[in-house]
Amino acid sequence: MKKGVMRPGHIQLRVLDIEEALKHYRDLIGLIEVHRDAKGRVYLKGWTEVDKFSVVLREADQPGMDFVSYKCVSEAVVDQLRDELVAFGCNVEDIPADELDGCGRRVRFDSPTGHMFEVFATKEQTGKWGVSAVNPEAWPRELTGMKATRFDHCLLYGDDLEGSLKLFCDVLGFDIAEQVLDENGERIAQFLTASLKAHDVAFIKHPEKGKFHHASFYLNTWEEVLRAADLISMTDTSLDIGPTRHGLTHGQTIYFFDPSGNRSEVFCGGDYHYPDHPPVTWTADHLGKAIFYHTRELNERFLTALT
Amino acid sequence: MRDRKLMAKKFQVEVVNCQQSFTALEGCSLLMSMERSGTQAIKVGCRGGGCGMCKIRVMKGRYISKRMSRAHVSESDEQQGLVLACRVFPQEDLTIESDLIVDSVSEK
Repeated sequence: MKKGVMRPGHIQLRVLDIEEALKHYRDLIGLIEVHRDAKGRVYLKGWTEVDKFSVVLREADQPGMDFVSYKCVSEAVVDQLRDELVAFGCNVEDIPADELDGCGRRVRFDSPTGHMFEVFATKEQTGKWGVSAVNPEAWPRELTGMKATRFDHCLLYGDDLEGSLKLFCDVLGFDIAEQVLDENGERIAQFLTASLKAHDVAFIKHPEKGKFHHASFYLNTWEEVLRAADLISMTDTSLDIGPTRHGLTHGQTIYFFDPSGNRSEVFCGGDYHYPDHPPVTWTADHLGKAIFYHTRELNERFLTALT
Repeated sequence: MRDRKLMAKKFQVEVVNCQQSFTALEGCSLLMSMERSGTQAIKVGCRGGGCGMCKIRVMKGRYISKRMSRAHVSESDEQQGLVLACRVFPQEDLTIESDLIVDSVSEK
């Protein structure tokens, strides 16, 4: 049941070298660099995104994800969710407005899988980049690299999938769109949505808490995914796997790594989900096909290389 | 400039735990040299110093290294030659031990 959470708003990633990271996220993926703050963090966005930023890079000695934040329809929703998060048992922290430049107050909370999440409702809106809000052209001509349109979702690895499922569905109003069940009916992967998209966040079962698998950016066509693959080769970027198609969500995809070892995905297509749809189920004996629809086998790196 | 790669110094890398060796090129990460040589002596992960899959012990030989995730390589690890092959640049012939993927932080 929808409870006023709209979409992924922003993700903050740790990188070992900020300038190397910008060559990846800005020059290769094609995000727009929009701001640098007093702490040295760099803010970026995909060109179709209306809010000021959706990706924040922070230099640190350990790569990975600091947090991912979801935008809500109103401040009243944030207040309501805050109460429910406390009742659920989360450790809740109030982050003041402008801790991230241009963003209103955020409510940060931990989760059974060990990841940090936030909800917020207010962020400066600078409009789509490079096109007018009135009589807009189809796309800006100044884009670089893969020309990613938006930050779409992230995939997180952790132990207590059932706990984070309850948190996202019961408290935050997400639906489970797709899942992988093992031979005992235990859920080993869950794709959750707050919208019509096949996933706004996904989890895969893993013995360690709080691991980051990838941040994903949306492209429009399979042709653009193939072009992204060409750019990955041209720039000698570390490839994980692809281009290929997923069984889960049926999106067309390629995976690669940023210069600090955080995995990135660009993808297109994918199924849609309405709240009355039952979850799509894959079984663990078809896990290879569920993840990589064409080769039907997993590469070890996809399961074990995490930050 | 065109011949820089061809002119690069070459170093021999012995991987003692699997009795393999490969040639490393100056200016190229140890892991990339291994991949280019077609050898499979070290596990390949993110290639960016983040995931820890290519953790090795350098037993002999000089090298320089780039920043590595502290989740996988502590300061004392670094002093003992426990490093990530994707962030290591050999300066002379090396003798190494591979397959040391153990999370140094969670081990403690």
